[in-house]
Amino acid sequence: MDLILSRGRSALLLVLAVAIVAAPMVLPGIEGAFSGTDDVASQAIEAARPGYTRWTLPFWEPPSKEIESTIFALQAAFGAGILGYVLGRRHGSRRRDVDDR
Amino acid sequence: MHIMEGFLPAEHAIGWTIAAAPFVVGGAVALRRTLRDRPEARLTLAAAGAFTFILSALKLPSVTGSCSHPTGTGLGAMTFGPAVMAPIGLIVLLFQGLLLAHGGMTTLGANVFSMAVAGPWAGWAAWRLATRLGAATAPAVFLGAAIADVSTYVVTSFQLALAFPDPVSGLGGSFLKFAGIFAVTQLPLAIAEGLLTVVVMAALMGRGRPAETGLGSIVGGR
Repeated sequence: MDLILSRGRSALLLVLAVAIVAAPMVLPGIEGAFSGTDDVASQAIEAARPGYTRWTLPFWEPPSKEIESTIFALQAAFGAGILGYVLGRRHGSRRRDVDDR
Repeated sequence: MHIMEGFLPAEHAIGWTIAAAPFVVGGAVALRRTLRDRPEARLTLAAAGAFTFILSALKLPSVTGSCSHPTGTGLGAMTFGPAVMAPIGLIVLLFQGLLLAHGGMTTLGANVFSMAVAGPWAGWAAWRLATRLGAATAPAVFLGAAIADVSTYVVTSFQLALAFPDPVSGLGGSFLKFAGIFAVTQLPLAIAEGLLTVVVMAALMGRGRPAETGLGSIVGGR
């Protein structure tokens, strides 16, 4: 058994994954503000337990949505950098005999 | 998405921290052993950790009209065993808890248990079972990644149900309510993560020689 995907099949799987993720934004009949499920759950807890108040607060919160999105982007960029480096090495080392793959 | 700061009562926060701690310690030992015994796998291990970093930063829309993010823990769990994902997941959750107010410090134990322990073990078990039953590599990897993703949020729903049982319908009713928020949202995202994981796994293997990339277990089926 092996896991070798042709270029076309890889592309097909990626397009399918993107389509699944994008579909809720364009499909009719989906209601909601696309807020985070953690916010939705927090609201559900507060609705079910009117007396419940958060007993701790985060040490630090990003001062604005813009700064938050920057930190999320940094997190993804850091991961993508490493993943891209490893994939690049693998592909580059295919034809050469490199020990560290 | 993780349980937000302050939304687990203290005794639950402590309980889940105690439950998660041995997995993190055991995982750190397993991680050291992996690095020592399989030095050829270092790059693949880095890629598996990076994959979790990327995916857990991406908040994606779903059919419920809310957003959640995939976990990316299945890839590493299938490649190196589920144990090593506990410390890797802890790092991701610490980053998000400290810098993004996403998740939290009092809820860290519960979030580590769902994303870095339960998800990887469930995904790994599903992948193994599928392989044992004769599934080809690609569908088995798809299943392992998708199960690791969605089971994380089934556990999150259970954790919240345990802390906030419904006064009328009890634990079960509360679980269904939270699962409706977390797990249903996660289903399409888990399928997308499964597809992406198959592509990334194949790319990490390059052509043939999986043993040299530390990915021998994926094609060997154990």
